[in-house]
Amino acid sequence: MFSTSLGKKYLMALTGIVLIGFVFVHMAGNLQILAGQEQINKYAHDLQSLPWFVLWGSRIFLLACVILHAWTAFALVSENRKARPRPNEVEVTKKAGWSSLYMGLTGTILLSFIVFHLLHFTIRLIFPEYNELKTTVGSPDDSEIQDVYKMVLAGFRLEGVSVFYVVSMFLLCRHLSHGVSSVFQSLGIRSESWRGRLEVASEAYAWLVFIGFSIVPVAVLAQESGIFSLFDAAVFSSASLLP
Amino acid sequence: MKLTLKIWRQAGPEKSGSFETHELDGVSEDSSFLEMLDQLNEQLLADGKEPIAFDHDCREGICGTCSLTINGHPHGPENSTTSCQLHMRKFKDGETLTIEPFRARAFPLVRDLVVDRSAFDRITQAGGYITVRTGSAPDGNAIPIPKPDSDSAMDAAACIGCGACVASCKNASAMLFTAAKAGHLNMLPQGQAEKDKRTLDMVSAMDDAGFGNCRNYGECSAACPKDISLDFIAKLNRDHAKANLKKLLS
Repeated sequence: MFSTSLGKKYLMALTGIVLIGFVFVHMAGNLQILAGQEQINKYAHDLQSLPWFVLWGSRIFLLACVILHAWTAFALVSENRKARPRPNEVEVTKKAGWSSLYMGLTGTILLSFIVFHLLHFTIRLIFPEYNELKTTVGSPDDSEIQDVYKMVLAGFRLEGVSVFYVVSMFLLCRHLSHGVSSVFQSLGIRSESWRGRLEVASEAYAWLVFIGFSIVPVAVLAQESGIFSLFDAAVFSSASLLP
Repeated sequence: MKLTLKIWRQAGPEKSGSFETHELDGVSEDSSFLEMLDQLNEQLLADGKEPIAFDHDCREGICGTCSLTINGHPHGPENSTTSCQLHMRKFKDGETLTIEPFRARAFPLVRDLVVDRSAFDRITQAGGYITVRTGSAPDGNAIPIPKPDSDSAMDAAACIGCGACVASCKNASAMLFTAAKAGHLNMLPQGQAEKDKRTLDMVSAMDDAGFGNCRNYGECSAACPKDISLDFIAKLNRDHAKANLKKLLS
């Protein structure tokens, strides 16, 4: 079933649904940082304390979806290139928008972003110093837990990192704008009367995700430049790259 | 009107092609695009040169034979129009027009602007037959069909198989054509008996022909001279998924 051209599109759509859902949950999780150090540390600790099969089951499932999504995209694109060896002398479009034309480009950059992001905050290989950020704030039993609050502040106080995150989230926004509405088309659950509404909904979702993810790095940079302060001033000033 | 025409010339499928520029004067605004090309060919013949090969037949927008990409748009920039129904008054005096063949691996070039679109015939053939009583004419109202359904099937059946959908697609995908051809039968009661087999066979013929994959750009529908809706693609996706699931479970 998945070997046909349409089958590959189903695979794109089905893995896409998982990832569309995941970014929302991830975003909702992130925004808890605005509720303070205790809230976000507790949330992160609770996630890390899930039974190993749930934690690793979800991680492997999500990673499999990303890999499958990217691999299928690669297979589709190479077939597409073969199908049209010579482009038109004059390349014009009547309807296709920026986001649909550059899905491959935005997807590739997002893939590199995911790798960077995992190395940055999850595996913490880029700055191993983050592993030493421990606190009892948000801990269920006064034992030391990872200080996610401080780690995120330290991470985003680096301007370059924040800019890379916000730019990547903008690309995610464009990727979702075409991706979400394409899910309905590829799975055949769209009709003429719903086309407009689904397109508005996917555009709205894309911007919601962009804003939701960008609030944190933007707020950190704003506090850094003294525009406004959302975060605990004491933790903020002590959160620098080297703890 | 005076025009500069940049036209793709290629002596044969295995030969290499390139653009050739011609000046054409005295073009009537009322002539069709193909009549303008006729005029150019007359001029080339008078100069002792080889005329440009291009496909044409009915010249009234219903046969789907004309196949020109004009300034990057299959059948030209006008909506809902075939090249033969495109009038020169839609262009400006002194304009340069780039005319190319429909470009897709599944449409091998024959000569100049002529491409071989028999891949479409193979997709249609893969669709097979429908089971109906032959012999004397059936009673017109023997099978009740709701008006919206027959209208929608007619919208799909309006496809003239010209290939503009493939030519407009950056991936040379034939989804709109296949969706229209499968859709007009899949929507009607007469098409139900062979629906799943038809859907699977047509998609497999489409893949075998070497067309690209649908990226949901919407360019095909925008280029379609018969305004075939993207809904038929959604329907083909749906029918194909259903047919596959049924096959899997049977």
